Amino acid sequence: MNIKKYQPVIGLEVHVELKTKSKMFCGCSADHFGQKPNTHTCPVCLGLPGALPVPNKKAIDWCIMIGLALNCKIPLFSKFDRKNYFYPDLAKGYQISQYDEPFCQKGFIELSNGKKIGITRVHMEEDTAKLMHQFGNQKSKIKNQNDEGYSLIDFNRSGVPLVEIVTEPDFENAKEVVEYLKKLQQIVRYLNVSDADMEKGNMRLEPNISLTTNNKLPIYKVEVKNINSFRFVEKAIEYEIKRQTESLKEGKIPVQETRGWDEDKQKTVTQRVKEEANDYRYFPEPDIPPIRLSELQITNYKLQIKELPDAKLIRFIKSYNLSQYDAEILTRQIGLANYFEESVKVGKPHQISLKQIANTIINKKIDIKNILPAQLIKNIISSQKTDDIGEDKLREIINKVMKENSKAVEDYKSGHENAIMFLVGQVMRNSKQKLDANKVKEKLKKVLQ
Amino acid sequence: MNLNSLTIKEAKVGLKNKKFSSVELTKACLEQIKKYNKDLNVFITVTEKEALDSAKKADELILSGQDLPLLGIPIALKDLFLTKGIKTTAASNVLKDYIPQYDATVVKKLKDAGAVILGKTNLDAWAHGSSGENSDFGPTKNPWNKDYVPGGSSSGSAAALTADMCIASTGTDTAGSIRLPASFNNIVGLKPTYGRVSRYGIVAMASSLDSIGHFTKTVEDSALFFNVTAGKDPMDATTLEKEYTAKPLNKIKIGVDPDFLSKSLEIETLNLLAKAYNVFKNDLEIEDFIPDVSLSHQEYGIACYYIIQPAEVSSNLARYDGIRYGLRRANFGDEAKRRIMLGTYTLSAGYYDTYYKRAMQVRTLIKQDFDTAFKKVDAIIAPVSPTPPWKLGEKINDPLKMYLSDKFTVTANLAGIPGLSIPIGFTSKGLPVGLQILGPHFSEELLFKIGCAYEQATKNEIWRKLKPKL
Amino acid sequence: MKIDASHVAKLANLPLNLVEEKKFEKQLSDILSYVEKLKEVDTKNVETTSQVTGLENVTREDETATSLSQEETLSNAKSQHNGLFKVKAILTE
Repeated sequence: MNIKKYQPVIGLEVHVELKTKSKMFCGCSADHFGQKPNTHTCPVCLGLPGALPVPNKKAIDWCIMIGLALNCKIPLFSKFDRKNYFYPDLAKGYQISQYDEPFCQKGFIELSNGKKIGITRVHMEEDTAKLMHQFGNQKSKIKNQNDEGYSLIDFNRSGVPLVEIVTEPDFENAKEVVEYLKKLQQIVRYLNVSDADMEKGNMRLEPNISLTTNNKLPIYKVEVKNINSFRFVEKAIEYEIKRQTESLKEGKIPVQETRGWDEDKQKTVTQRVKEEANDYRYFPEPDIPPIRLSELQITNYKLQIKELPDAKLIRFIKSYNLSQYDAEILTRQIGLANYFEESVKVGKPHQISLKQIANTIINKKIDIKNILPAQLIKNIISSQKTDDIGEDKLREIINKVMKENSKAVEDYKSGHENAIMFLVGQVMRNSKQKLDANKVKEKLKKVLQ
Repeated sequence: MNLNSLTIKEAKVGLKNKKFSSVELTKACLEQIKKYNKDLNVFITVTEKEALDSAKKADELILSGQDLPLLGIPIALKDLFLTKGIKTTAASNVLKDYIPQYDATVVKKLKDAGAVILGKTNLDAWAHGSSGENSDFGPTKNPWNKDYVPGGSSSGSAAALTADMCIASTGTDTAGSIRLPASFNNIVGLKPTYGRVSRYGIVAMASSLDSIGHFTKTVEDSALFFNVTAGKDPMDATTLEKEYTAKPLNKIKIGVDPDFLSKSLEIETLNLLAKAYNVFKNDLEIEDFIPDVSLSHQEYGIACYYIIQPAEVSSNLARYDGIRYGLRRANFGDEAKRRIMLGTYTLSAGYYDTYYKRAMQVRTLIKQDFDTAFKKVDAIIAPVSPTPPWKLGEKINDPLKMYLSDKFTVTANLAGIPGLSIPIGFTSKGLPVGLQILGPHFSEELLFKIGCAYEQATKNEIWRKLKPKL
Repeated sequence: MKIDASHVAKLANLPLNLVEEKKFEKQLSDILSYVEKLKEVDTKNVETTSQVTGLENVTREDETATSLSQEETLSNAKSQHNGLFKVKAILTE
């Protein structure tokens, strides 16, 4: 019997929307989410006759920094190219992108299992307008030939800077993809160049999934679009692997196509099968002079990149003696990491322990936006303040507690160390004041000897 | 006195000295337009009210002692230049109702310089043509002889000027579209160095080749106009400025490529050119006249151009899908469709290396020809058109034949160098012939110097007194 | 060479009828035969020129500028709805 073991071969294309003030090739505001339609447009991003593009320097800087953070090489020469195709959301009938000479090439991201996911390239392009579909009276996604359906276009998003990050087909399962995405999102947020929020659409992904056997190159590739949240990444990929496996088991090679993830049906569905692959007729963009960098400039870019998540994690574990778990939580967002370090600084002269600060931040879900580190330390100090009720009073309460909890006293005396914590608790409750738990424990120990 | 037959210089003097007002000058032009536009089909849009308003404002400024480079001077704009609130059609049905939401940079500059805009002139649709016959709104006729073409693609702008409908006019030159109509209309036409005049707001034909220029009656006027339009523009990333000082005339070497004369020039054109060359050689007191400057890849100019230009055209015309403005793509004329198809084909999968890449390499060689030549000489003079103006309809059914009319002008666009077309006389049929002066990048000042000198040396020639019988 | 005019027209988003297709096929073939001339040129080791200015690194600062108003933006649209451009339905992606 021929039991074929199908290996998934998965590659990923991620688009990250940069949070620059202005668009990629014009001065319109790049802030398009939730704005009144077609109010952030100009001749350039609207594709009016005679309009010309002028690239946003900051966007280029940030693209290169993303590439460096992903361990890419930055060639000294790069240029923009035109990617020609027709679609109503593409104002000029071509997208200004990068074809054979992108800003960044050949990088990698290391996963927790030690595997390096190769990054083929990181390049700049411009976003398309937003298309909304309405089919007759129904919100159905299936168009009926006789429906008076129409589509509506908002060009506020047209021309917003996008960075495209393409991986080698190095993923073997959905979990790796999710980990990569989380790491990529974290890096991009650390660099503060994008909000990378999948729900808001400023981080979009398109996995391509194939199955192969015996490490051979796959003979087909299926792209999946329309995955809009982390929740669905794993589901969509796993569904697709299953679907392809079943198809291959029946002896049918899956059709090379682009499929869409249907959230409602929880499956991938065929989109219109394109008869032929898109012929984008790339050629160098004549309206934009090329970019030539110097080694010095690249060095400066590197210097601008502050500590990245992986390095910060390692340092936190080492310098602050934190557990991997705690360090991961504290370094998940750079805002929180900075808050922690600032709090440690403020707490030092007051001899507040690192562990205490870490625990407080992690467990008490501190609102770090409204409670400054100084205030946090103040709160910790006051929570630590204990009342001193005097030796006699303490002795009195201890006696009472011991009398009322003879079983616990027995347990402790017969070797159950933990019973003392129960007694400590009882003493604390009885005193109705804030006692120093350690002091109480020591006293109890003495008495119970 | 016919105010509308004045030059810019003469008009400015007259306005300053209060010999007449801008309103009078503008009215004279508008009258001329009213008389002859229907017949010659020069203007697509005449902005009479706006022109008179501008003229009135100009008169107020002149009265208060203000001086701007083109204050009160009525000009016409090729209908590729976007004018805010004024219909701009590119002479195509696709844009026949398009009202731009913004002004081209050059239009802004001209307005800021005080110019009065009379209207938008006819052209080969999308600048695709060398005769003016590809307009979707009917061809413009040559005012010198209405059976003949005025040349293109800036057909209307050239005709408007030679018919005294305006004092100056704008155009674009991608393979000769200013120089050719200038030579067919007995006027001066400047194709500036690529990048010296902003393309922002001008309907793009071929982005790496389009040069924004103008028509005037004299070389001096051309320099004046150029000072207004030239300059780096933050809205156009391909603009630049560079310092350049022209040598004095007696230190200038002028060269000629002998192949140009032997390459099947029409006989009367050849004779007029030879005569003009003699003026350069003998009468201008230049340092030297070098008759054997070879531009060895000249003959490949058209082939190179007809790969690069349609490729860029096919991409630049992709935005016209009828959604945000204009009509749908079925409304493109034949020539536009032809070039879109050609460009789409040569860029498509499998053909890029064969065609586009190779053309870009030949372009390098053509540019190097000029770089080498300009080490030997300071300027080159050459024919503009292989023939005098031809009859309407004569070449219209043979696209390739039409394309070859540009064979002497196209290499300047491929190299990006400037070219000044100046009149040198008339054929026995009374049709104008011109010659072009080519120089290295940024040498416009030199071209003006040489052109002026030629004008001076020939100012008493009888043909200079001729006017078209409208 | 034989051009598949129908395929090229589709790529170019140009609706052509059969008569036009045939006409263009012939005309384009003629032009392409002419440009074959370039094969005569020795282009070995010759760099490509895609821009003649020699400019590099032309960029703009990340500053916002005034946009068109919604009215201006839509002013030439043949069909609009609630501030949006309207087109015949596109089959969903």
